[in-house]
Amino acid sequence: MTAHNGEAVDEQALIARAQQGDAQALAAIVENHQRTVYNVALRMCGNPHDAEETLQETFLSAIKALPKFEGRSQLSTWLYRIASNACLMQRRRQAAGADMTSLDDGEEERDEFDPPKYFVDWSVRPDDVLLDGELRSVMEDAIAQLPEALRIVFIWRDLEGLSTAETAEVLGISEGAVKVRLHRARLQLRELLSHYYAESRAGSRTGGPADAKA
Amino acid sequence: MPKPDCRQLLAELSSYLEGEASPELCREIERHLAGCPNCQAVVDTLGKTISLYHTLPEEDVPDEARRRLWRVLHLDLPPR
Repeated sequence: MTAHNGEAVDEQALIARAQQGDAQALAAIVENHQRTVYNVALRMCGNPHDAEETLQETFLSAIKALPKFEGRSQLSTWLYRIASNACLMQRRRQAAGADMTSLDDGEEERDEFDPPKYFVDWSVRPDDVLLDGELRSVMEDAIAQLPEALRIVFIWRDLEGLSTAETAEVLGISEGAVKVRLHRARLQLRELLSHYYAESRAGSRTGGPADAKA
Repeated sequence: MPKPDCRQLLAELSSYLEGEASPELCREIERHLAGCPNCQAVVDTLGKTISLYHTLPEEDVPDEARRRLWRVLHLDLPPR
């Protein structure tokens, strides 16, 4: 038996025990996934308070729904779908009546992309993110500026490392939509980081939007 | 990015950077990039953007939040 099959068997056994209400099995599931769910929620909601509420709701819903889990998808995919829905519900409550995009919003499926404004090249070192608190905060703010439908795709694909197929399953959208939204999110983040780098270069305005007309 | 070529290229950049573009498309893109410094800058900084975000660290669930989660779920909090 391959290691992969072995893991699948372990997971099935764990789920079966959890479905019988075995506290240790439930605890193992929560322990394995709480960090991912919390980080996704933190970036979707933008503050620790709402992220914590989302974390609790995700696992409360999951434990309630677990007896009906049929194993058609991986447990993580199933859980992350619950987490994604909990994030969107939390965002709706935050917006309290404001217009919200939904995940099946066709607008984001346009395959035209806004033309770039910044053509400045900038250099980064591999450990810049770890060392530079300001850069990290600019990067986090940039994520927060993405429309929700793009943000949640970007978080699962580029931050949590899910595949295109897994992200599509988690969000209940097509793989094509995942690719288009991911690309659109990355282009927007590139603009925001380029803006930051252009502005942070003392006295330099080269490469900014004014040069884009060239 | 005023030229139509640049617009077409823009749509393909993620698949190009991830090595998912066909060899023909790659050749076409590289031919374009060789003569278009603006698109070259976009490709370079898009690649850097993706790499930067791949290294963005995650947070641990804060201790208090973790304690409250396990209490709400009626489970015994395991040691960290």
